[in-house]
Amino acid sequence: MSDEETMAVALTVNGERIVRTVPVRQHLVDFLRIELGLTGAHLGCEHGVCGACSVRVDGAVVRGCLMLAVQADGAQVVTIEGLTDTGEIADLQAAFVERNALQCGFCSPGMLMTSAELLGQATPKSREEIREFLSGNYCRCTGYHAIVDAVETTLNKRLQR
Amino acid sequence: MKAPKFSYVRAESVAHAMDLLAEHGEEARILAGGQSLMPTLNMRLSQPRLLIDINRLAALRGISLEGDRVRLGALTRHVEVANSTIVGRHLPLIAEAMPHVAHVAVRNRGTFGGSIALADPAAEMPACALALGATFVVESIRGRREIAAKDYFKGLYETARQPDELLIEALIPVRRPGRVAVFMELARRHGDFAIAGVAFDLEIARGSVAEGRLAYFGSEDRPTLAPKALAAILGKRLDGSGGEAAAAALVEDLKPMSDPQGSARMRLHLQRVLTTRALEVAAKRAEAAA
Repeated sequence: MSDEETMAVALTVNGERIVRTVPVRQHLVDFLRIELGLTGAHLGCEHGVCGACSVRVDGAVVRGCLMLAVQADGAQVVTIEGLTDTGEIADLQAAFVERNALQCGFCSPGMLMTSAELLGQATPKSREEIREFLSGNYCRCTGYHAIVDAVETTLNKRLQR
Repeated sequence: MKAPKFSYVRAESVAHAMDLLAEHGEEARILAGGQSLMPTLNMRLSQPRLLIDINRLAALRGISLEGDRVRLGALTRHVEVANSTIVGRHLPLIAEAMPHVAHVAVRNRGTFGGSIALADPAAEMPACALALGATFVVESIRGRREIAAKDYFKGLYETARQPDELLIEALIPVRRPGRVAVFMELARRHGDFAIAGVAFDLEIARGSVAEGRLAYFGSEDRPTLAPKALAAILGKRLDGSGGEAAAAALVEDLKPMSDPQGSARMRLHLQRVLTTRALEVAAKRAEAAA
């Protein structure tokens, strides 16, 4: 499409320097999935309700569908692929498997990205507070109970260390 | 869905943003946190010609205590407001409301000014600003002006801000001794938009209500003050019957909307329930502070 406005962006994705020219209307998750082949962040509702597209931008978890790729210019972006590679949440991922905290797995990358921020705060949290923290991430399989279990177990183990 | 085509400009300064607004007016939209604008673009509910991205304008960010008011820069993110010791100490109403503002990932990106500029009738910050008697500062190439919160919210997503004006900051009076704030809302899921909600700021002297503001949101087309309900408790002690008197008078203040989330009747009922609950809490807090 010749009338598609584009702009150059330079950003860091999972520690790797990326320079691309992107359509200005492309959101960050389409950029990550289509342009970079990082399909871990899922596109569910595409209007900020489901949380499946959660990614970390400059240290904070955000909705990848509610941010334009051009807005990530100069930013540090971390996706579930990067988070897995660094081992930052290896214990949480093991707890998800252990506790069967996923069934279809569509929500899991978003759940893990949001939970990573909770774990990063390193403060004690009640089950109710964990539920509130995860309230922006939909899961249509598990009924959430096992997810809260996995996050709670991981948090408590980390706090004991 | 995917957003329609638009042009995109990164504002380099407040003056640059105002020039662009002056040139493009209603054809342009300010892109701040984007947590409401982006969904409407993705769903093609809005098709602006131009997005003016103000995210790099550091002058619009920050929280500071200025005399007896707190300055909240328009681009201050919700998470910054939630973590601010200035807000926690001087604007307890906003501190109490913050956890109800959407979800973690949205609070990390969404801005205080964006919430005020959009004026969603179910949003928390407009109601808090109204209850606290905030002043909004807007600026265009025509000049700078201040708008009191009570004159700012005009209707459904409608405000006194003109298409060429940029919201710069909110100035909010600090809590004075003897003031009690209470925030409550009801939503289907924690963090979702409220179907009914209250933001109360009251001066309680020797157990009686001396003055204040009762703001309601989620049920009307805009955050709304309830003078009749306030009149029902002025000079009275806030025991159980005081709350009920305010709740009864509420029918004269509110004209709730009906939508799939709830009928007008149900919403009025919920606002009454919240009124009695919140006034009970206000009485307890006043007692604890005395």
